[in-house]
Amino acid sequence: MSSAAIDKALWYLGRSSGVVSLVLLTLVVALGIATRSGRLLPGLPRFAVSAVHRSASLLAVVFLTVHVVTLTLDPQSQLRWIDAVLPFGSHPKPLWIGLGAASLDLMVALVVTSLLRQRIGHRVWRAIHWAAYALWPFALLHTIGTGTDMHRGWMLSLVIACTLSIAGLTIWRLSTRFLDDAGRTIGTRLPSRDTRLLAGSKGLR
Amino acid sequence: MTILFERDIQADTEGARRGALIGSAPTAQRELRAHLAAHGSVPAMDAHAVVRLATDSGLTGHGGAGFPLYRKLEAVLAARGRAIVVANGAEGEPASAKDRWLLTRRPHLVLDGLQLVARATKANEAYLYVNHRLDVATLTDVLTERQRAGLDRVSVTIVTAPHAFISGEESAVVGHLSGGVALPRFKSPRVTERGVRGRPTLVSNVETLALLALVARRGAAWFRALGTTDAPGTMLLTVSGAVRGSGIVEAGHGTPLTDVLALAGGSSIPLQAVLLGGYHGTWLSADEFAAAKLSRSDLAPLNASPGAGVIVGLGEGTCGLAEMSRVMSYLAHESAGQCGPCLNGLPRIAAQVKSLALKGGDRRAVDEMLRLGELVVGRGACHHPDGSMRFLRSGLRVFAAEVELHLARRCSRTSNDLVLPTPVTR
Amino acid sequence: MKTTATTTTRIVVDWTACDGRGLCAELLPELISRDEWGFPLIPDPTVTAPLRDHATRAIAACPRLALRLAHT
Repeated sequence: MSSAAIDKALWYLGRSSGVVSLVLLTLVVALGIATRSGRLLPGLPRFAVSAVHRSASLLAVVFLTVHVVTLTLDPQSQLRWIDAVLPFGSHPKPLWIGLGAASLDLMVALVVTSLLRQRIGHRVWRAIHWAAYALWPFALLHTIGTGTDMHRGWMLSLVIACTLSIAGLTIWRLSTRFLDDAGRTIGTRLPSRDTRLLAGSKGLR
Repeated sequence: MTILFERDIQADTEGARRGALIGSAPTAQRELRAHLAAHGSVPAMDAHAVVRLATDSGLTGHGGAGFPLYRKLEAVLAARGRAIVVANGAEGEPASAKDRWLLTRRPHLVLDGLQLVARATKANEAYLYVNHRLDVATLTDVLTERQRAGLDRVSVTIVTAPHAFISGEESAVVGHLSGGVALPRFKSPRVTERGVRGRPTLVSNVETLALLALVARRGAAWFRALGTTDAPGTMLLTVSGAVRGSGIVEAGHGTPLTDVLALAGGSSIPLQAVLLGGYHGTWLSADEFAAAKLSRSDLAPLNASPGAGVIVGLGEGTCGLAEMSRVMSYLAHESAGQCGPCLNGLPRIAAQVKSLALKGGDRRAVDEMLRLGELVVGRGACHHPDGSMRFLRSGLRVFAAEVELHLARRCSRTSNDLVLPTPVTR
Repeated sequence: MKTTATTTTRIVVDWTACDGRGLCAELLPELISRDEWGFPLIPDPTVTAPLRDHATRAIAACPRLALRLAHT
C-alpha cells in the first residue's frame, strides 16, 4: 500500500472512529442515567443495565483510542501526541481540539476510578463520576468544532439525535420522579449524603 | 401530632443515700480542694497497673452495654496508632440524669478516671464529650484548676454533644469528634481500632471513669466487695415517675429493685409497671419488679438489664399505651435516618402504636407493628431499632390488659399526667 | 456451611451505605431477597463455597459499595 493510501486510510479511520466514539459516549451516558435510576430495562435486570453501561464505556475507550492514535499518526491532521491529552495547545483549532483532549482526560479519570472503585471508596468515586456531565458536552462541542462532515445531512442528524437524547435524559435525571422510590421514605437528615440532591421525592437523603 | 414533653430531672438532689460515688457527705465536689479532701489523690500508676486494676476489679461500662473496661483497654493497646480517649457524658437518654450529676458534682473523679485510661492506653489526646445542658464554662474552670495543680498530663478538650438521642452512641461520638456528623457508623473496623481521625479510640462513659478513679484509690478488692461475685461494684441510677423523691441514687449490683426504689423514697402511688434501662430497655410488671434484683443474670430471663440505670415508675391510672405511643414517636423521630429499615420502619410502627393508643384501632394494628418490628431488628448500623422494639414488645406484654381495653375502644386512664419525657431535639 | 477449622464467611451489609437498589438480590438470590422498601433481607448470611463467586460478584456490583465479606 502506498504511503498516500495509508495516510488516506488513517484520515478516514480517524474521523469515522470519532463519530462512533460520540455515538458510543451518548449510549454510555444514557445507560449511566438508566443505571442510576435503579430501573430495569426490557430484558435487562438492574445488574445487567449496570454491566452493559460498563462494557459500553470500555468499548468507547477502544474507539476513542483508535480515534486519537490514527489522527496523531496521520500527517494531514497536524495533531501532536501532547495535544490529545493536554488541552488548548494545538494548532490549528486550539479550542475545539482542546475540548476533545479535555474530554479524553475526563474519560480516563472516570474509567480508572471506576476500575479502582472498591479501593477508593464510594464517595471519591461518585465525586469524580459527576464529571461525566462535563465529558459528554465537551465531546459534542469537539465534534461540532472539528468535525469535517458537519455540513453533511447524515452527520447533522446524528449530532442532533445525540443531543436531543442526552437533553431529554438529563431533564428526566433532574425530575422528582426519576428514582423508583414509591412506597418508601427517603431520609432527610444528611444533606451531604447523596447525589439525590437533584431527584428523589422527599428531599435529601 | 406528637405531644412533646420535657422534664428536667433534678440533677442535684440529695437524700439519705449511701454509695461510693455519692458518698455520705452530700456536697458538690467541684472544687479541687473539696475533691481531694473527700477522696485523696490518685496514686501514681503506670499503664500496666491501670489495666490490671480494670481487670481485677471487673469494672464494666456504665453507658448501658456493660462491656468490660479491661477488654476495651486491651483492644486499644493492641491497635496501631496513637490512642485517643473520650469521656462520654452525652446522656442522650431523656430519662437519665446520672451523667449530668457526675459532671456537675463529681467532675474531678471523672477527669481522674480519664487521665488513668489515657495513661493505660498511652493516649496523647483526651476529650470530655458533654450533654448540651451542661455549662461548658464551669467545666473549663474545673480543667483550669487541674492544670494549675498539674493533675492532667494529657490536656482535655471539652466538646458539647448535639442534642439528640443517639449522639452518645460510641461511633456517633467518634464521628462528631472527627469533625463529621454525630451519627452511628458501620461497625467495621471497631472504634478501638480506628476511631477519631482513624486513630484507636477508647470511648468510656463518665460513670465508668469515675468508678475507676475510686478503684485506683481504694483497690479492686474494695470494689468487688460492693456488689455480687458475678457483678462487682455499684452503679448510679436515675429514678423518676411515680416516686416520692425522684433523682439520682446509688446501689450495689444485686440489690433488690424495690430497695433501689426505696432509696428514692418509694412509690408515691401504687405502681402498675416499671420501665427499666431507658427507652431501649424493658418494661416490667409491678410483680416482676418486686421480685427482681439489679443484676444482669437476674434480669436476663425477663429480657431486661440494668442498662444505663434508668428506672421509671408508672403509677396506676396512667395509660401505658399513651406513654408508649409518645415514646415510640420520639424514637422514630430520633432515627439517624441513615439505614432504610429503621428510617422506614420506626415511623410506621409508631403510627400503629398511636392509632392503638388514641383511637382504639383493631388487632391488625398490633399484628402490623409486630410484623414491621421483625423487619427493623438487626438491620441497621446501630441498635436503635433493636432497642426500640425491646421497649415496645415488653410494653405490649406488660400492658396487655390495656391493649385489650383499647381494642374495645376503652381506656383505663384516670390521670392525664405525662410521665416519660420526650424532648424536642433538632 | 463453609468452615475450615476456624473460619466462616458471611456477607455483611453496611446499612449506612445501602440504598435498597437491589442488584445484590438479583445476583445472589440464594441468600438475598428484598423487603417491602427494597432493602436486603439476609436470613442466613453464611456464604458457602459454591456461592463464593456469586457473592463476590454481588459485592462488586453494588452501586453503593454497601456489601462486604466478613471472615470469622
